[in-house]
Amino acid sequence: LQVPGVEVSTGSLGHGLPMAVGVAYALRARGRDAQRVFVLTGDAELNEGSNWEAIMHAGSARLPNLTLIVVDNRSSNVVLGEIAAKLRAFGWDAVTVDGHDHDDLRDAYTRRGDGPTAVVAVV
Amino acid sequence: MTSMREEAMAAVVDVFQRDDDVALVMADISLDYLRPAVAHDPRRAINVGIMEQSAVGVAAGFALEGYHPIVHTLAPFLSERPLEQIKLDFGYQGLGGLFISAGASYDYGESGGTHHAGGDVQALGSIPRIEVLVPGSPAETGQLVRSTYANGRPTYLRTSTVENDEPVELAPGGLTVVRRGPDVTVIAAGPFLSRTLAALDGIDATVLYATTLVPLDAETLAREAAPAAEVVLVEPVYEGTTAGQVATALAHRPTRLLSIGVPRRFLKRYGTAEQHDAELGLDAGAIRERIRAFLG
Repeated sequence: LQVPGVEVSTGSLGHGLPMAVGVAYALRARGRDAQRVFVLTGDAELNEGSNWEAIMHAGSARLPNLTLIVVDNRSSNVVLGEIAAKLRAFGWDAVTVDGHDHDDLRDAYTRRGDGPTAVVAVV
Repeated sequence: MTSMREEAMAAVVDVFQRDDDVALVMADISLDYLRPAVAHDPRRAINVGIMEQSAVGVAAGFALEGYHPIVHTLAPFLSERPLEQIKLDFGYQGLGGLFISAGASYDYGESGGTHHAGGDVQALGSIPRIEVLVPGSPAETGQLVRSTYANGRPTYLRTSTVENDEPVELAPGGLTVVRRGPDVTVIAAGPFLSRTLAALDGIDATVLYATTLVPLDAETLAREAAPAAEVVLVEPVYEGTTAGQVATALAHRPTRLLSIGVPRRFLKRYGTAEQHDAELGLDAGAIRERIRAFLG
């Protein structure tokens, strides 16, 4: 950990989510399921195939301690369609919220089901 | 007889069962061998499926939580497809993990170029901090799994269907003196030791056996090299892969280097590893001819 608070250098897109899946697994193996893992991505980062590998796997692995935050600022030049619908198709509990609304964000972040959750924050 | 791959998997199961800090990430390969690990503790033995980028990323996540992750799949899909994951998630991130491949170079010669991996050592060897191991026998393979799985650095262990006739008692550092002679220094890597020794019949050579190709044990090479300028490198990966490290280690003296290895071209003919050896000039007879011609 070279920068306090920054656990992973994810400047290269598509690396953070697979690593977060591993952290979620590791916490479960250590018996620390209550500890949650948040991973921050963006709509354009979801172009990377490695994310969809991890999304597919985490959806089937049912990791309730994992939360994916997608900042959807329409930065991708490729139209992805509704991101939350795609995540739900992969088995995630996904909601879309106004990324400027703190109450909505808090509600979304505190959801916990029997599998991974995703918050698509539109800004 | 147990193969290198089987011995590697048995050693993985062994360290997994003995050390609660080992995590195993599979990519749908060798599951039968690894089933005992899953039965022992499924929470840290994960088959992610055929997704090698995520397999490496998930392993890095385990490493972030203090585990010693082990990842296994076939060589091209462990060394080339997730190269950036190993570089960044492990190398740049400063984590340790053991990556064990099966199907070296043209071991799976009948499967075609998709399953060939002559470039694995060179590709992964470009990552700072990595250690690249090329054992030549099942016994060495098991030993290296046990001695490196918790070494705290990214480590690639290449198993092969090609083996030496006998295991070697390995020196620390990964470069072992097999014999000493004045006429030429020969570095033979991994499973190419036996054919190299056969090729050297009648030549009074110093033979060094390399099981660690990255980083090459420069100190031992500089100390043990024969006085003659001639040096021959015989490696079961792309020709010249380790030549730069040899040249650097011997920079203090004049050296003439012959690099023997897998030709850098796509192999478009299908056949067994032995048939490719003959086709590519990598059997003992062809190696002998090249060394003889080089020595003049």
